[in-house]
Amino acid sequence: MKTRWVRFSIPLAVVPVLLLLAYGFWTNPREIPSPLIGKPAAKFTLTSFAGDPVSLERYRGRVVMLNFWASWCRPACYEEAPVIERTWQAYRDKGVVVLGVDVQDQDEAARKIIEQFQHSFPNSPDPGGHVAVDYGVYGVPETFFIDRQGRVRFKQVGELTDAIARERLETLLAEKP
Amino acid sequence: MTPLLVAAAALVLLAGGPARAASPPAVNEETVHEIASQLRCVVCQSLSVADSPSETASQMRGIIRERLAAGETPAQVRDYFVDKYGPWILLSPPRRGFDLLVWVAPFLVLGIGLVMVALVVRRWRRAPSRVSPPALDSAVRERIRREMEELDR
Amino acid sequence: MIPELGYGATVAALGLALWGMFAAATGGRTGRLDLLRSGERAAIGVWILITACIALMLYAFLTFDFSVRYVAFNTNRGTPFYYRVTALWGALEGSIILWSWMLSIYTLIVVVQYRRRQPELYPWVLSVMLGILAFFLLIMTVPAPPFERLQPIPPDGRGLNPLLEDSGMITHPVALYLGFTGFTVPYAFAMAALIVGRTGEEWITITRRWTIIAWYFLSLGLLIGGWWSYHVLGWGGYWAWDPVENSAFMPWLTATAFLHSVMIQERRRMLKLWNLSLIILTFGLTLFGTFLTRSGIIGSVHAFTQGSIGVFFLAFLALVLVGSFSLLASRMERLRGQGELDSVVSRESAFLLNNLLLVAATFTVFFGTVFPLLSEAVRGTKVSVGAPFFNLVNIPIFLGLLFLMGVGPLIAWRRASADNLRRNFLKPVLAGVVAAAAFRVLGVGNAIVLTAFGLVIFVAGTILLDYVRAVRARRRSGDDWGAATWGLLRRQNRRYGGFVVHLGILVIALGVAGSQAWSIETETTLTKGQSVELGGYRVRFDGLEASEESNHFKVTGAFTMTNDGRAPAMLHPARKFYPQEQTPIAAVDYRLGLMKDVYLVLGDFARDGSQATVKLKINWMVSWLWIGGLVLTLGGALAILPDRRRPA
Repeated sequence: MKTRWVRFSIPLAVVPVLLLLAYGFWTNPREIPSPLIGKPAAKFTLTSFAGDPVSLERYRGRVVMLNFWASWCRPACYEEAPVIERTWQAYRDKGVVVLGVDVQDQDEAARKIIEQFQHSFPNSPDPGGHVAVDYGVYGVPETFFIDRQGRVRFKQVGELTDAIARERLETLLAEKP
Repeated sequence: MTPLLVAAAALVLLAGGPARAASPPAVNEETVHEIASQLRCVVCQSLSVADSPSETASQMRGIIRERLAAGETPAQVRDYFVDKYGPWILLSPPRRGFDLLVWVAPFLVLGIGLVMVALVVRRWRRAPSRVSPPALDSAVRERIRREMEELDR
Repeated sequence: MIPELGYGATVAALGLALWGMFAAATGGRTGRLDLLRSGERAAIGVWILITACIALMLYAFLTFDFSVRYVAFNTNRGTPFYYRVTALWGALEGSIILWSWMLSIYTLIVVVQYRRRQPELYPWVLSVMLGILAFFLLIMTVPAPPFERLQPIPPDGRGLNPLLEDSGMITHPVALYLGFTGFTVPYAFAMAALIVGRTGEEWITITRRWTIIAWYFLSLGLLIGGWWSYHVLGWGGYWAWDPVENSAFMPWLTATAFLHSVMIQERRRMLKLWNLSLIILTFGLTLFGTFLTRSGIIGSVHAFTQGSIGVFFLAFLALVLVGSFSLLASRMERLRGQGELDSVVSRESAFLLNNLLLVAATFTVFFGTVFPLLSEAVRGTKVSVGAPFFNLVNIPIFLGLLFLMGVGPLIAWRRASADNLRRNFLKPVLAGVVAAAAFRVLGVGNAIVLTAFGLVIFVAGTILLDYVRAVRARRRSGDDWGAATWGLLRRQNRRYGGFVVHLGILVIALGVAGSQAWSIETETTLTKGQSVELGGYRVRFDGLEASEESNHFKVTGAFTMTNDGRAPAMLHPARKFYPQEQTPIAAVDYRLGLMKDVYLVLGDFARDGSQATVKLKINWMVSWLWIGGLVLTLGGALAILPDRRRPA
């Protein structure tokens, strides 16, 4: 007694589900958009490997590139380490500060990295992971770009390249203070 | 000079006293566990911060503990994590708005299913009862009788 | 050499499978036996070629042939021997070879079993199975070729994922795949039945054993997965509602529904349309499971890699679902049931409810798994749907299923009189209520756990009642208890096999309820010599030891566990540092017991061995899950024995 149309409702009902699954090809389940974009960056005070205090507040008025890394993060952190040092050298006199935060790591291994790549910007361990969680970090490497007003503007998940760093910094530097 | 130093030392000790007395409220480990079990471990898949053996989860549990000790309520601690990671950090979506759909849909399906089962059962109950045997004409009936007698012999 | 040989064998197998599919179908349509035989020979050829692929790959693994990309990516010179064998199915490409091989073996069995016995259905069954084989061989040829050559040949490989260096790796995928691929046969028979027009009970009777065997292996695969999760992953749990776990659970749910509803079709010739839909859905869900695991659209601890393989799977899934359901829709007139029922209170209704609950659970798991994707598609926000959701919704459903498990086997067909209800259920219901009350008095406060315990006793009561009555009847003709029991098990092996399987489920249900309700844990940092106490157990930290293993660096903790004066036990949880892994892998140590497991995880530690952070868990009744699995095995074996009953 079912009309011709009704009986094909089940094969047809399957289609929207298949379309939804197909949509999944365009998304990346591991990419979580950060809710911090546009919001004031969380303040923190850490002690660098060199023993000096590092506080975000101190750099208000300058553009800050905040990089989270670890010695066990292979190969991405190793590949971006020279990029970060290069970026620091290129922009340190233009009102940019590069800060490194080492997460879930052993001091010894971390110092080796700093030495190997001759990082000259302030690098600090993050005991207890407070700063990492404050920035919603869920893996390394992650880099945050903070503008002169102290707001998080961009988040780079995964390794940084010279081009991306340059683009982000130029954008923020171009803004009026 | 010495009495002054002693007095200063005594003052410092006294000042230290009340501070020590006002120690942070004892944190109930069960509350930590409960909050942690509602948060998703960001480095594992599908495990809660309470269950996950990872270092990140351990650090997050520490942060939960500290915030509770500082006097925050469980809801405030949860909100802190949501602020930092987005609604994704909650292991189950809140029962609000669009997310209500996932909570309601299974019960809707169950309800619709029950209705359908009831309809099917009703249809089966009203199915025509066994058809009565077709009326036989007398010739056929006679033939059957004869053949049955043959068999019985 | 091996890459080229293997690739050649794969392509040849694909060609043969495609030819066999067309030949068998044409043979079936036109009645040309020569084409059908040609299709059979193609099936044999496919099996030989895939076996050759497996042999080649194994040889490559055992001889450290790193010219094969798959070997180089999944082992290294330090990988122990047996893991080099199991690495065959340790990653995506190899797992497809395993799947194809099992399918080809099943196809061979179908050829041998049915070529004479089912001349009408057989050509189409063969054609469908070869078609599905062709798809998997296509995967092996285009998006995920296992025999790719690696240039230049590296001196050493990357190594197996350390989480896979475990005995579970030997059995879990094998059991799971035997289950998944096993459902291909009933599905193929269903399609053949639809195509040929023989939509009666035939295809169900023929495939009954296949269904039970496939269902059993799927259950086993899920349980082994739980065991592997429990003793390897270091979180002390056995089920996380991870998307890939869910995708293996869904076909199990629909297969269980199918197992039960075909009993109705066999007895009462009802639910024909429903049964066909269920087997299509079950088979579709097995494809969906492999799609989810390999496409990367939903993040999971299992998810292999991406690439274009997801597109292939989705396309095939679409073809199967839309095609099969369309075929079903076009044959709808033949599927009129002859259903008659006198009362809502009847076995038919109980089975309908059983199916409804299982399908509702399937929907819940499915919707929860894809909801993050839906949320992102509709409003761009990413959300998580995890254990709290699945537990909340599924627990009432499973409790309902427990209840029906007791009602179904004993309630009368068509109409259960008040007398029938009283005779069969009064005592078990009383037993269940009394048990729940007793547990309440003993201190169990959780309402869900109490309900679960009460229901378990109720169901056990119904089984016991049925058994006792049946044995008593047999004893009247002179048998003693032993002979009577034996006779029952052999004569009514389907029914009693089912009962034993139900008993296995009850044991598992008890394990789940107990472990969820009563397990406790604590996490603390200990200095050397310090102890932590939990639940009557005391664990003392004695020190750390470092060692160099064949393919990793290991730090092992030494802990002494004492329990109320019993002999102390040494526990050695470890942290393993693999060069190719970013974070250390925890190796837990545990003492299993019937009622309690003690579970110790080593966390962070001080370099000099002076302190260590540990997580101590006392898990209740987890062993009951594995014991339940054994009971399930016995029940399944009993159920598939050849029928000894004389035809009615």
